[in-house]
Amino acid sequence: MTWINDLPILTIMLAVPLLFAVAILCLPAGSKNAPRWLALAGGGFLFLLSTIVFFVFDKSTPGYQFVDTFNWLPALGISYRVGVDGISAPMVFLTGIVLLSGIVVSWKIEDRPREFFSYILFLGVSVAGVFSSLDVFQLFFFLEIAVFPKYLMIVMWGWPQKKEYGGMKLTLYLFLGSMLALAGILAVVSKAGINSFDITQLLGVKLDVGVQKLWFPFVFIGFAILGGLFPFYNWAPDGHVAAPTAVSMLLAGVEMKVGVFAALRLGIRLMPEGAKFWAPLIIVLATINIVYGAFLALVQKDFKYIIGFSSVSHMGFVLLGFASLNADGLLGAGMQMFSHGVMTALFFAIVGMVYDRTHTRDLEQLGGMSRKMPLAALGFIVAGLVSMGMPGFSGFVSEFPIFMGTWQAAPVAAIVAVIGVVITAAYILRTIGNVFFGAFPAEKLGEVSDIPWRDKVIVIGLSIILIAMGIFPSLIAPVIEQGTSSVLALLGGM
Amino acid sequence: MMELDNLVWLIPVFPLIAFAVILLFTTRKRVLSHSIAIGSVVLSWLASMIVVVSAVLTPDFKSNPIHLEIPWFTTGDTPFVIGAQVDALGALGLFFVSWTVLMIFIYSTGYHNFGQPVGDKDQPGLPPQGAAYKEHGKTLLQPSVEPMYGRFFGIASLFAFAMFLLILADNLLTLYIGWEIMGLCSYLLIGFWYAKPSARDAAVKAFITTRLGDVFMLLGLAFLYARTGSLQYSVIFSHETLSSLTSQGTGIFGLNAAALAGLLLFIGVVGKSAQWPLHVWLPDAMEGPTPVSAMIHAATMVSAGVYLAIRIFPLISSGWETGAPLTTAMIVVSSIGAFTALFGSTIALTQRDVKRTLAYSTISQLGYMIAAVGIGAPLIAAFHLLTHAFFKALLFLDSGSVIHGMEHGQMHSGEHGDAQDMFRMGGLARKMPITFFTFFIGALALAGFPLLTAGFWSKDAILTSAYAVPGRIIFWVLVTAAFLTAFYSMRQITLVFLGKPRTDGAAHASESVKSMTIPLIFLAVFAVAIGWIGIPAAFPLIGGHVPDFLAEFLGISAEGEVHSNVPLLASVIVSLGGMLLGWLTYRSQKGTEKDAIAVIRPVYNFVQRGYDFDRLYNVLFVRPAKWVSEVFTAKWVDRVLIDGILHTVASGALALGSLFRKGVDVPVINGGADLTARGIQRSGAGIRHVQTGQVQQYMVMSIFVLVIAAALALVFIV
Amino acid sequence: MNWLIDNILLVVLFLPTLGALILLCLPGSKSRLLLWTALGISLIPLAFTVVMLLRFNYSAEGYQFMADYQWYAAIQSSLKLGVDGISLPMVLLTTLLTPLAVLASFKISQNLKAYLILFLLLETGSLGVFVSLDLLMFFVFWEVGLVPMYFLINQWGGENRNYASLKFILFTMTGSLGLLLATQLIGVVSGTYDLVQVVAKWNALDQPLFGIPIATVKTIAFWAFAIAFAVKVPIWPFHTWLPDAHTEAPTAGSMILAGVLLKLGAYGFLRFVLPFFPEQSAHFAGALAILATLAIVLGAFGAYGQKDFKRLVAYSSINHMGMVVLAIAAAAAAAGTPDAASAVNGSVLLMFSHGVAAAGMFFLVGVIYDQTHTRDLTRLGGFWQKTPVYGGILIFTSMAALGLPGLSGFVSEFLIVSGSLPVFTVLTAVAMLGLLFTGLYTLKAIRDVLHGPFNVEWAGHLNDISKRETAVMVPLMLFMIGLGIWPRLLLDIINAAVKHIF
Repeated sequence: MTWINDLPILTIMLAVPLLFAVAILCLPAGSKNAPRWLALAGGGFLFLLSTIVFFVFDKSTPGYQFVDTFNWLPALGISYRVGVDGISAPMVFLTGIVLLSGIVVSWKIEDRPREFFSYILFLGVSVAGVFSSLDVFQLFFFLEIAVFPKYLMIVMWGWPQKKEYGGMKLTLYLFLGSMLALAGILAVVSKAGINSFDITQLLGVKLDVGVQKLWFPFVFIGFAILGGLFPFYNWAPDGHVAAPTAVSMLLAGVEMKVGVFAALRLGIRLMPEGAKFWAPLIIVLATINIVYGAFLALVQKDFKYIIGFSSVSHMGFVLLGFASLNADGLLGAGMQMFSHGVMTALFFAIVGMVYDRTHTRDLEQLGGMSRKMPLAALGFIVAGLVSMGMPGFSGFVSEFPIFMGTWQAAPVAAIVAVIGVVITAAYILRTIGNVFFGAFPAEKLGEVSDIPWRDKVIVIGLSIILIAMGIFPSLIAPVIEQGTSSVLALLGGM
Repeated sequence: MMELDNLVWLIPVFPLIAFAVILLFTTRKRVLSHSIAIGSVVLSWLASMIVVVSAVLTPDFKSNPIHLEIPWFTTGDTPFVIGAQVDALGALGLFFVSWTVLMIFIYSTGYHNFGQPVGDKDQPGLPPQGAAYKEHGKTLLQPSVEPMYGRFFGIASLFAFAMFLLILADNLLTLYIGWEIMGLCSYLLIGFWYAKPSARDAAVKAFITTRLGDVFMLLGLAFLYARTGSLQYSVIFSHETLSSLTSQGTGIFGLNAAALAGLLLFIGVVGKSAQWPLHVWLPDAMEGPTPVSAMIHAATMVSAGVYLAIRIFPLISSGWETGAPLTTAMIVVSSIGAFTALFGSTIALTQRDVKRTLAYSTISQLGYMIAAVGIGAPLIAAFHLLTHAFFKALLFLDSGSVIHGMEHGQMHSGEHGDAQDMFRMGGLARKMPITFFTFFIGALALAGFPLLTAGFWSKDAILTSAYAVPGRIIFWVLVTAAFLTAFYSMRQITLVFLGKPRTDGAAHASESVKSMTIPLIFLAVFAVAIGWIGIPAAFPLIGGHVPDFLAEFLGISAEGEVHSNVPLLASVIVSLGGMLLGWLTYRSQKGTEKDAIAVIRPVYNFVQRGYDFDRLYNVLFVRPAKWVSEVFTAKWVDRVLIDGILHTVASGALALGSLFRKGVDVPVINGGADLTARGIQRSGAGIRHVQTGQVQQYMVMSIFVLVIAAALALVFIV
Repeated sequence: MNWLIDNILLVVLFLPTLGALILLCLPGSKSRLLLWTALGISLIPLAFTVVMLLRFNYSAEGYQFMADYQWYAAIQSSLKLGVDGISLPMVLLTTLLTPLAVLASFKISQNLKAYLILFLLLETGSLGVFVSLDLLMFFVFWEVGLVPMYFLINQWGGENRNYASLKFILFTMTGSLGLLLATQLIGVVSGTYDLVQVVAKWNALDQPLFGIPIATVKTIAFWAFAIAFAVKVPIWPFHTWLPDAHTEAPTAGSMILAGVLLKLGAYGFLRFVLPFFPEQSAHFAGALAILATLAIVLGAFGAYGQKDFKRLVAYSSINHMGMVVLAIAAAAAAAGTPDAASAVNGSVLLMFSHGVAAAGMFFLVGVIYDQTHTRDLTRLGGFWQKTPVYGGILIFTSMAALGLPGLSGFVSEFLIVSGSLPVFTVLTAVAMLGLLFTGLYTLKAIRDVLHGPFNVEWAGHLNDISKRETAVMVPLMLFMIGLGIWPRLLLDIINAAVKHIF
């Protein structure tokens, strides 16, 4: 399918939905249907192309593919470069999936649909932009513009009790993180001494070990904050809870991946020596993420907070995988980023469906929902099993390699981290039991309708992805291996 | 002799088929059921007779017994076989088992009132209550047929199968199979009237008590197998195996391997043959129908124990030659036997129930046999086993006939009361002549009436060999027991049959039907005649004139060669004296209450309760077992201790979670963040309500970021 | 046809899953249709298992019907299937019990579709454990089995089902954590999960790992495996989840739980622990044997101490599985001797016969429960006169469980005792106490249910066992008597493997 490779497919993928977003904004205020259909079209388009990118991606050839460049600010060496490798391709795909699902589940937004749908498209595009950027400056650019729609959507459509607080907290954390990372990366770029922000070129430069050791923490930690690294995870739960469903999906599903993804691309890949030096610390923090996050989720009473903290715990696995700096660990991390993205999107989607119908997320209030919305219950169970790391679901095939990697890097961490698995099982089963099974408290909740077919499609679709990945991990593993192999090469063929 | 081999196979198979057919298809049909059952045992009987006769006629039979086997399974490279063999002892067993079983089966049809109407109130699980009928005006009861008639014959057939299997086995594993299946059958038959709580409990008691022995027996089998790698008689009783076993020590009471194995197996015998201290189940087992008592507690099952004891004699007597002092194992066996013999007979003295008397007498007679094995005369034991099987089966069936007669009398006279209490009988001789006559013969045999009866010859032989044992304690104990035996036999005859009827029931009693009396006659014949096959050559006067067939057939190394007359005299005196005394004591029995020998009431009652072993075991074992199970294990260990730990761990995890939440997450991490946040919020306080304002503020922020970025970039790069 | 024979294990393994998908597409309201479809589908694997039994080569060494399918090349794990004389009987057990469990479920009314689907998935899970020759795949199926069982208890269970199901899954998962870690460790160290290669490479290790002497590492890994399997078996003191799970589970669930799932643990010991850790197994066999003996004795005590019919049967499983583990411990201690051979033969045979007998017992408990809605032994009594056939079947089955000669339990118990006695003389002797109590609790159950005066409380609403229910019992009883009279049916296959392995 060479003709596809010839097309500037990534650029199209980013540009077209962006136009849709702008178009929506231009619609007359108060128009209801046009925005959602346009958004659907835009999102669908992005999804379609991301799918093509993922499946057409050639695992056998190393390096970046679908590369497309355009010199933007040559004076500063700033240019427009997009392209994907084995690690970012699945992420782009993930973005497509989550964005589309997010749009569909928000179909019935009544309050200012025009803005909502245009912002969500903005968000999706910017995130996809981050994943496909091959230019440091451009990557930052997308990273920053992503903040607007996020913030706005939280404060405008978020959960009244928390939206101000949550939105602000999130913004500040991300701001802080990006500042740190920016400082670090600029330093690195300057030290590289080539007048370019082009990642591919920067990779060619062997940075002095001292520099790496000095600046790696800035870049890595800075980005890892977006990934919810302990002790900077704290924006995530509040942010997720404050955000409207679709945003929570994108936040937890994709945004957090953006953080760790960038940490990998600009941190580990540019400064492998620094990575090796700091890996132990990251391993410690990541392990804390896993266990500590699970324990926090265990004691939550709020349905959505549980999922929020579970994301913290699961992102810990991704970081752990990176920090192990070996084939298995990186592979697992890549798998986990995708698996967790889909899983958590499904989680938040269903949380939203339940909340929209019952207007409570309190475990004590809820119950017996499986009678009212069986399919949603089923979807939640699937997502739950994924997060429990049950074999046969994507969680297992992702976490298992991470553990294998950790054994090679730090056996103790593996042994500690495994505690997280059983705690996760505990809170997931508890949540399933309290929300979906048992007696349905009709007097408290009144009439509850089943979810519409749109939502069913999403639930089924996401569930199928999770199961398919669990049963046939080789659908995605080879792609990721293509990406990790280059990282390993940089790390000195570990 | 190929066809003979096939016959040997068929002997157990007939009843097995009968069992399957009856229980699967014909339980509801009476005629069919008992025809199939009796037919099968007739065939087995026929086959057995042919085998036995041909065995007897084979001159060198002892040296080459019938033997055949089929491979059963293999573990590792060790094969296990199911094998059958008929040697002298086997033929002997086959003979009395096939006879008694056949008789008992025929008897059962009558006993279960075949041909009588179905009772109105009868229900499965309870003995038939009798059917009402009108006779000039007033309603009377007549016996009604057993509701579970078919089932009885089914289970009985399985029992017969098991017994034949056990007799024919050529290895301990096969024997054990028959042994256990018999245990099941006795459980089912004792609890045949399962709706009666007493019968139900008796059944459980019998099963558990014997299983206690069986568990050790299994251990013994395993031990033997582990040491010798086989359970074949031919292997384990072979000279080299025995000598190697004898040479192996086992650190347990300084027994050698053979003796230990022997004793472990012997514990099984103690359970099965109701020897002290595992005798407690047998008296209660009288709850079962009388043919069952006859079959299980006289003719077959309890005999199986002795049969095994005789089989394993080489193990028990390892390292012992004739005339030498007894080995530890033998002392254990013989003393248990002798003690039980005395013990049982004393209790039998005090029983009022006609069947319980016989039960205790059985315990005591089995004691004789065990003692005989213990003192190194296993084949004498076999002889007594043979004779006892016949006369005790006879006595049990007689007692059943008596009870039947009594019940009939009670139904007729409308009088109520325990139909089995000997003190409520009396004068039945005239009412039930055949029963009386046969019972009398049986009792004489039991009492060892000189010369005439079988019991005399076998018991005399035992006493003779006991006399040969140094010390002679066993001898005197057995003699005493023999005296008591004679006494209570006569006591029974006198109370039941002689004198005047002491109740209306007894007055109206009537003779039982043919199907019951004919087997009695057959057995009576054996009770007399079977003894004559074993008249020792050295016996005064007649000795030598009659061939000691048994001796040559079994090949007894005639221990009695120096036939002292002391034991002979002793057995004659105690037998005659005991019977005389018994008759004198009870001939003038008046009333249904006072027992002449109840001189000291408390002692009498204590003995009558079987020395209170039931109460003792209840305190020692039953209650502790319940406590350990219900309270200790089920409650304390599992629920309190283990689950307690689990629940603690679980709540510990939750506690840790909330500790993290309250201790770290909220104050430190949230708190820290919020401080900063509040600062920013305050800065934008004025315009926060306007979203757009927020946007601008935000754009400013990010533009600022980008500018800085550019600036830094320039600074660093250029 | 050839393709079928070459991939027969794959087919057997995933036919139930396929069946689950088919059921998924059927209308949930047509309960008869669902039931018969499920039954029909679950019979196919049974048929194929019989084919395998017939084509099994008794003389060949190692695994048969092997097949290897690409799965997760990135971490060197593939779907490697194969059976030998130890796993094939277990496969037969699984494929035999699943149709019967379905047949036993005809009275299930609520949400039948999901119920049946879970059963079929459960079958795949259990089969996978027995046929996987890849350590990772083994773990996959090992855990997969938990989920359907959890939901079966949690959704179709009794009063206390939430507690019981949660206890079941958390207990087992926690137990499996060690297994998970050890599996990863072994995979990482030996660079493959292929059973055969792992055994070779893992045992060849002699260099310290992570600066810890290899012996210590292996010891830790050994216990990680041992505990995971001990929880599943379950051995005392890891057993308390079992009575609760059984008491709450639906009848068919208990049948599979006792019949198949408990065997997974014992199978794990035979297939993994002994081959992977010969020295450690031999060294710690004593400890294992002590726990096993405790399971035998305390299991029997516990059973005797119950008032609840189903709890009693549940505890009896602990008691019998204790025998299995005792034999395994003996085999570990005396590897290579004839004792070990007879012990392992006995344990595998007992695994099968207990599977059959226990499933039967649980079903029979269910038959009574369906009518009386109580399992309180003190409230039953005298049923035999109302239910003669049921009574006969109950006694027959209990006797098979009890180990009565002529029925399936005996030969295995004899082999176990005679194999263990020379190795653990004292413990085996103590275990006999358990055997005695086996008699006590079995008779207690029969006594309280069938014997004694009829409890009029049930007069009128107590019927004898129905045709369908009899149809469930008949195959089981055929196996009980068949194996009792002719143990070679399975023992030849088992022994073929045992001779080569132990």
